[in-house]
Amino acid sequence: MSTEAASPHDEHEGDHHAHPKWLAHHFETPAQQFDADKLGMWAFLVQELLFFSGLFVAYGVFRSWYPQTFIACSHQLDKIMGGTNTVVLLFSSLTAALAVRSAQVGNKKATGRFLLITIACACAFLVIKYFEYSHKIHSGLLPGYWYAPHDIHGDKPLPPNGHAFFSIYFMMTGVHGIHVAVGIGVLLWIWARNRRGDFSKEYFTPVDLVALYWHLVDLVWIYLFPLLYLI
Amino acid sequence: MATVATSPEHHDAHGDPNASFLDVAKGPMSWIVTLDHKRIGIMYLISVTVAFALGGIFALLVRAELFTAGKTLMDADTYNRMFSLHGVVMVFLFIIPSIPAAMGNIILPIQLGAKDVAFPRLNLMSLYIYIFGACFGLYSMVHGGVDTGWTFYTPYSSSDPACGQLTPCGPPGVGSPSAVIPMTLSAFIMGFSSILTGVNFLATIHKMRAPGITWRRLSLFTWSLYATSVIQILATPVLAITLLLLTMERFAGLGIFDARRGGDPGLFPHCVWFSSHPAVYIMIVPGMGVVSELIGTFSRRDIVGYMFIAMSSLGLALLGFLVWGHHLFVAGMSEYATMVFSALTFLVAIPSGVKIFNWVATLYKGSISLQTPMLWALGFIFLFTIGGLTGLFLGMLAVDVHLHDTYFVVAHFHYVMVGGTVMGFFGGLQDWWPKFTGKMYDEKKGVAGWALVFLGFNVTFLTQFVLGSRGMPRRYYDYLPEFQQLHQISTVGSWILGLGFLILFWNFAESLMKGPRAPRNPWGSAALEWQTPSPPPLFNFVKDPVVNRGPYEYHLATDAELDEGMADLDAELAKANGADPVKKTEPAKSEPAEKAEPAKSKGDEGDDEEKS
Repeated sequence: MSTEAASPHDEHEGDHHAHPKWLAHHFETPAQQFDADKLGMWAFLVQELLFFSGLFVAYGVFRSWYPQTFIACSHQLDKIMGGTNTVVLLFSSLTAALAVRSAQVGNKKATGRFLLITIACACAFLVIKYFEYSHKIHSGLLPGYWYAPHDIHGDKPLPPNGHAFFSIYFMMTGVHGIHVAVGIGVLLWIWARNRRGDFSKEYFTPVDLVALYWHLVDLVWIYLFPLLYLI
Repeated sequence: MATVATSPEHHDAHGDPNASFLDVAKGPMSWIVTLDHKRIGIMYLISVTVAFALGGIFALLVRAELFTAGKTLMDADTYNRMFSLHGVVMVFLFIIPSIPAAMGNIILPIQLGAKDVAFPRLNLMSLYIYIFGACFGLYSMVHGGVDTGWTFYTPYSSSDPACGQLTPCGPPGVGSPSAVIPMTLSAFIMGFSSILTGVNFLATIHKMRAPGITWRRLSLFTWSLYATSVIQILATPVLAITLLLLTMERFAGLGIFDARRGGDPGLFPHCVWFSSHPAVYIMIVPGMGVVSELIGTFSRRDIVGYMFIAMSSLGLALLGFLVWGHHLFVAGMSEYATMVFSALTFLVAIPSGVKIFNWVATLYKGSISLQTPMLWALGFIFLFTIGGLTGLFLGMLAVDVHLHDTYFVVAHFHYVMVGGTVMGFFGGLQDWWPKFTGKMYDEKKGVAGWALVFLGFNVTFLTQFVLGSRGMPRRYYDYLPEFQQLHQISTVGSWILGLGFLILFWNFAESLMKGPRAPRNPWGSAALEWQTPSPPPLFNFVKDPVVNRGPYEYHLATDAELDEGMADLDAELAKANGADPVKKTEPAKSEPAEKAEPAKSKGDEGDDEEKS
């Protein structure tokens, strides 16, 4: 402690060298900043998971109450489009991971390219979702009060309480879709920052964190797809 | 590791880097876009105090209406809205952000010896999300408020009798006609403010501790905020999605909470209490943290059972997730489920009891000084014990059938929330006020305010235990004549309570305007936040602290650390020429010399330790 008091100037100098411009003023070392950011992101992802959990509980309860309705209604969903979207999202998770890898090795160009592919996949997902939604709207397969099925697949009418299935379907995919849209925004921002040259081998935390978020969005869909479309 | 040299010189702080955070920049913009956790905390403090006043006015109106049976002031419909708004404002706008977001923001990083919270921008964003959410609440209030109670129970809240204009319609004419959707959206949005604060504090406590602050040297307030953050991250998102489902249920008739449409209104209270019972511990655990600080400071001794108190906070956080069913004993659960929930509920008494006994044991043979903050802490112990023990009545299955939804419940949770959290909040505010503002307040008015609040509170709510056990149902507009006398005593109590808070706020206002300057450590505390100037500089410490003892280890603290600093203050006052001791006149030359003292004394102490 006495050395600290004795030589403030030296430390001042040393401090200056260890303080690159991307290191926020309140952190002492890059490692501390990276660890804090990473922990914060994981905590945020935990809350995201619990946010979706309410919807999964609703799904579980209603499925156990009305299994026949859920099976019949899930046949109204387009498995081809849903399956395509699953592949698109899985692929985008791969490119997000590759973007992190490129950022870690300091390959700015590849990072940008992978981020753009991720963004393109996210947009493709939303476009496909748009076609799915318009088909549902056309057939009156809507949540709550708007539920009025007509022009549906198969000859048999849907069992009662189909509105509950489509309420849950639209809530789950809607909340997930909002997460995809937010993801596009954040990925674009990271892409612009990458273009500006913000990231380097030493500092790639934002790319890492956004990729984590993107994996979660992907992961939620991996559960939504079989629950809503397949079983 | 070169974890030294505050080096504020690098940053574009205006003028003297060691000037207090209140003086380092001026003008409204320096507050609106600030990233300083202390300024953000102060803005929170102002917001929650305004909310507390608003919720208090609603409470006084409710009590005034109940002064006589039948109509006294307002009709039944207005009354329903008043008690609902009282609950909504107090729970979502006041209690939840009160201690963590307002006080925790200011004190937590200082107690950790950090320059700021881990994510200062996120911190500012949390504040604006809170204000944005509050705007929705205000919108709801000017459009008629809500009459559902703060829990928004379905199906009343989810059915809109006026539907059909914007949306297709369910059965017309039933349900709540009030502005439910903006209010649930308000709570939904404010939930994210709470979650983000939790994320921020969690990362801060894990990663921002100064050298030497081990987990066993954390302050108990920090431990309580840690437990609170965990609950905020795990419980609040569940409440958010539940409220979103309720909003969509009312707007679009999802059918999830509507028995007419294949759903079950009973799902809603289960989802709400799964997340809101832990939220009860978001409200009370930080209060317990504040009380631990106050007991340590004003008994001048090591906290007995430090680790027990710390772990009991985490224990409450865990148990909080397992007991939600006790809100629904009479709502048609299976008998086996109620028995399990009842048994788990009793477990909550263990960590609560651990805290109470350890606080009392700390008082034993402590050198107690009964200054204003300590009175609030003792009030907390007394009232929270009553609140906790009456909770056991309600956790008992047979007794709960009799007491459910009566004034007994109202009295019980007010003893916990007001007798606990509000006592903790104002105790903390009285304790840290000199640190926040750099001003002292009048001790006499402080004691008078506390005495009136304590007296008024007991008059208001002890009577309600009696009312409830005699069968007075909660939330009723009218009552039988035999309840009138007790209702009147309760209402008079609410006036005493209101008067107490008026004196309290008068004291604070007077302190701001003409209070004497506060020394560094007016209470002679060994805790870290008292080792930095009052108010602290922008980066909290003149020199980055290195800590070599726990915050309550009075036997290891040096005389200089415990010095109440009146001598420093006199010297400073003498130096400040003229009537107004503006801080601008005192920087550079006088300040660093004086204010380096605590840090230096620590160095001395470290040397001492090495020798010994």
